[in-house]
Order: sequence, then structure tokens, then C-alpha cells
Amino acid sequence: MLARETFYDVIRRQGISRRSFAKFCTLTAASMGLGEAHAATIAHAMETKPRIPVLWLHGLECTCCSESFIRSAHPLVRDVVLSMISLDYNDTLMAAAGHQAEAILDEIREEYKGNYIAAVEGNPPLNEDGMYCISGGRPFVEKLKEVCGDAKAVISWGSCASWGCVQAARPNPTQATPVHKVITDKPVIKVPGCPPIAEVMTGVITYIVTFDRLPTLDAQGRPLMFYSQRVHDKCYRRPHFNAGQFAETFDDEGARKGYCLYKVGCRGPTTYNACSTVRWNEGVSFPIQSGHGCVGCSEDAFWDNGPFYDRLAKVGAFGIESNADRIGLAAAGVVTAGIAAHAALSAVKRMVHKPGVGAEDKNLASLDGEPK
Amino acid sequence: MSTLPRAPADGLHESASAPDFLTPATAPGSAGVVAPKDLRGVADLPTDERPVGAKQTAIYVYDMPVRAWHWVNALCIVVLAITGYLIANPPAAAPGEAFERSLMGNIRLIHFTAGQILAIALLARFVWMFFGNRYAHQLFCPPIWRRQWWAEVWFEAKWYAFLVRDPKKYIGHNPFAALMMFAFFVLPCVFMVLSGMALYSMGTGVDSWQHAAFGWMLTLFGNPMTLQTLHHLGMWVLVIFSILHIYAAIHEEMWSRQSMISTIVSGWRMFRDNAR
Repeated sequence: MLARETFYDVIRRQGISRRSFAKFCTLTAASMGLGEAHAATIAHAMETKPRIPVLWLHGLECTCCSESFIRSAHPLVRDVVLSMISLDYNDTLMAAAGHQAEAILDEIREEYKGNYIAAVEGNPPLNEDGMYCISGGRPFVEKLKEVCGDAKAVISWGSCASWGCVQAARPNPTQATPVHKVITDKPVIKVPGCPPIAEVMTGVITYIVTFDRLPTLDAQGRPLMFYSQRVHDKCYRRPHFNAGQFAETFDDEGARKGYCLYKVGCRGPTTYNACSTVRWNEGVSFPIQSGHGCVGCSEDAFWDNGPFYDRLAKVGAFGIESNADRIGLAAAGVVTAGIAAHAALSAVKRMVHKPGVGAEDKNLASLDGEPK
Repeated sequence: MSTLPRAPADGLHESASAPDFLTPATAPGSAGVVAPKDLRGVADLPTDERPVGAKQTAIYVYDMPVRAWHWVNALCIVVLAITGYLIANPPAAAPGEAFERSLMGNIRLIHFTAGQILAIALLARFVWMFFGNRYAHQLFCPPIWRRQWWAEVWFEAKWYAFLVRDPKKYIGHNPFAALMMFAFFVLPCVFMVLSGMALYSMGTGVDSWQHAAFGWMLTLFGNPMTLQTLHHLGMWVLVIFSILHIYAAIHEEMWSRQSMISTIVSGWRMFRDNAR
């Protein structure tokens, strides 16, 4: 049976000094932008609150969320997993396997009914009764509904769980469905990204553990503290955007000078994420800093809005893939040609039939276009 | 507004009895007053002295706010289409310090300004339909529930397709034009205002009033990128509408039985074959 220890108990048991603990609290408060005073709040919470059990499920996914998560630097994922939460089930990271592992799910559900967090990586495919994703010998969708049914809240890790991601891209043969469309009676926190930023993932968990409440979410269920601004809004290349200085190709002078990547398809202006502030790999860099435009991985249906290297998404119409400008120009051309033909015919008609000669009076009484 | 001339209440302008507004305004309550001899024509005669078959030749259709809105709106659309295209396909500014130039910034500023002028003008035009003359609401309310109206749409479609010889006369929009105007101008324009304000709200931030009022559009179509693509397609819809609109106006001016282009300048609709 899992003991109900506080975070502090666990931390001290692992030989971490009081001083290191205080440092951790200060760093965490700073990384969440809470200020010095809240370091004490975090410390108090860690000393008094029992650790929250987290059941981490894997549906249709690629494990990139887990890969990102284990690289968190502030706070260190070691601190999160070993001290802050009680990560009781994660079939990728856990030592237990088989029936022993699956038994933990039932145990936590009974012991902590309504008091644990279900963290979901990936999504359930609903086609063929969920047969496209079998986990523990049964459709993942069943496991998902069971575990989320007794949870306090659900965290949707990554774009798979939040929106559907690549497996839900058109034509979505397995009918992969985001978590919030299957679990409708629990608060679902979406942490989109492919993968989400490690510090964003641990930051969300730390917030929930520290304040014992869910972070403020936007209309789509994303935590405002990380998803309230676009990549564009805090992009360090933004001055070049405003100036009108763009890289036209990836190897031109503009690219070498670090100009804005808008014209090579950067999705920063339509993507809500914290990449340009938090950055990746302990704040080393992020895609735009490395010279590649944002592909908008944290936005719904980003796979369907290709190509990644063009500002105008392709528009599939009449079986042809084209973009808005080509379609618009072609349609305008056709209309103009039609107008020219119509004008010519109208002129011919006028020559053949002079107005006022034998005009039938029965046509004269007309509506003014709006009967009243 | 109440001083504006009114069309006959039955909606037919070709009725045998002349409309009241063609009675000389100078007639001091007497139906028997006759206009001076040298001015005697058709429209200046009191009702009872009008020759049989006389018809009114001009009606004041587009009052001043409607005409002003039309031209402001037209100018905005031209500016918005050009700047909008440039925002999607920006021209390159000179190299050098970024802080010294603001090419993209200026293009976007012009776009946002024109867009908000268009939005406010459209709103004002909508409100005007409750205060303007009896033609002011035609733009927004095509009577699609009336069978008779659809018959007129069909008739006009046939006229444009050269299937009938003589067009009819309409004081306001002809029903076919009204339908086109509603489907390819009013609805796309409303969409462009809503989507434009939503895209603009991404810049003003999630705590801005723009985001509170229009942010829902960002998610209605899945994601902001899709909305941006639709906003861009909407530009092409309005460009194509403008081409058709200008052609139809010229076509009507030349080959129909009423004035069109001069009407949106002066407000008066002329029926050129009425006097014959």
C-alpha cells in the first residue's frame, strides 16, 4: 500500500537538505513568475500536503511528451516525479509490469477516489470499438474512461490528447479523438505541443500541487500562464517582421542575418505557446532561434494546415490542392472572361433589338424589389 | 427623413394613378392648381389633370447616408484588399537596422485602420435601415420567404441570360441583384469583420475587449491558421463580387431601363423610357 506521505517527508527521506529544499521552492516560485513571497507558500504546501497520485496513461502516441517531460530542468523532473507527485502509474517509466502494473490502477482508483490526477498522453481511437489501440489487453478507450471517471482532474499531455495530432489528421482512419471529447464530465487541462515544453509540463503539475487548484484556463482549456501569448508575440525576430525584413529562402542573405521567417512559412503569428519565452532544453534555443519557422505544433489540426513552408495553407477543392491566392486569382480570371463574353452578347442583343420598340407593357408593372 | 419622397405604398411604381409626391409641393392644399405653362410637362400636373399614361421618371432611392456609406465602404475594400494581400505576401524592406523602418508595420496599421472603419460603417449602415427610407433595408433583408420575390429573381436571371427580351423596372435593387448582394457581399463582409477582428485580437491579447468579443471566431474553425486562410479567401470573394458588381452597374446603366451609376452618386433613380 502506498503511504500518504507529505512531499517534505519524501524529500528529506531522500537525503535532500533543508537548504536544498528551500532553494527548490525559490526556483520553482521564480519559474512560475510568482515572486519571492510565494517561495514560502510553496514550502508550506510541500510540508503539509500529501502527495497527489498521478496516473499517467498512454494511448495512441509517440512518447515524445514523456521524452520532453523527463528533460525538465526547472523544476528537475527528478524532483517532480520523486518528490512532488506520486507518479504511481506510467507504463513507460514504471518498474512494475503486467498484472502487477495494471493492479495499481484499481488500487489508486479505490484509495484516492476523486483525489488523483489522470494524465493522458495520446488519445483513444474510437473506430472499430477502439480496437486500433489496445493497452493491457483491452481497448485503450475503456481504460481511459475508467481511470478518468474517478479522477479529480485530467491533464491532456501534448497535441495528441489535446487535439488529436497526426493520427487525427485527415482522413483520420482510426477516428482518433482528443480526450476532452471522450471525457466530458471532468475538468480537462490541455497542455498542447508536439511535444509540450518540458518546463510547461512540470510547471502545470507544480501549480496544481502547490495551490491545490487547477490553473486558470483559456476558452479552449489551455493554462493561460503558458498559452496566453503567441510565439510571435515574444519572438526575438519580431522587430524584423515589423520592419518588413524577411528571409525569402533558408539560404539567402536574410536568413544569414536572422531576419523574420514569416515568408518561409513560420506559424508563430497563429500559434499560442511559450516557446519564445521558456524555450527548450534548459532554455538553450527554440525552432525560430535555430533558423526554422514555427510549425504551429500546439495548434489544433496543425498537420492539416500544410505545407509548413508556405504562409498560405493549402486548400483542397475540386480534387486539386492549391492555395487561397491561386484559387482566388483563377476564379477572378474566369469571372472576368465571363463578363467580357456577357458584355459582348449584351451589345449584340442591343444592336439586334432596339429598346422601346414594341416593348410589352405587361412587363412594366413590376415589384420595386421589396414588396411591403 | 420624413421629407423624403415616398414611393407608392403598394410597391408598384407603374400604377395608373400618379403617386402623391409628384404633386407639386407648392400646391397650397388645392388639387386644381396647374403648373405654369412653360413648365407644363408630365410630372408637375395635379393628379386629376395628368394625362392618361403619364409616368413618374425619377425617384429618390439612395439617401445621403447610404451613398456616403457605399463610397466609404468601396474605398475601404480597395485599401483592405491591397494591404491584406501584402500582409500575406509582404514586400521586402531595405536591409539595415530593423528599428529604422516599419514597412510591414505600416501596411498592417493601414489594414487595421481601414478594417475598423469598414466595420463601424457597416454597423452604421445596418442601423440606418431602421431610420432610412423604405429602400434602406433592402440590402439586409431580401424577402426570401416570398414566392413572388423568387419569381422575380428567376425573371431577372433569365434577363441576364438573354432569355427574355425586355427587362422589368425596379426602384430599389432588382431581386436578383438583392440576392447576389446579400449572399456575396453582406454575408462575406460580416464574416470578414468578425474574422478580421478575431485575428486582430491575437495581437491585442487574450485580456483585450477584442478577444472577449471576437475571440470565439479563432476556435470556431478549429485554429487561427484556418481562420486566417478563410479570411484570405474571403478577400477573393469580395474582389470577385466587386468585379461583378461594377460590371452589373455598367450593364444596367447601359442596357436596362433605369439608371444605376448616377443613382449611387445623386440618389435619384431615373426611368428613361417612362416619358415616351
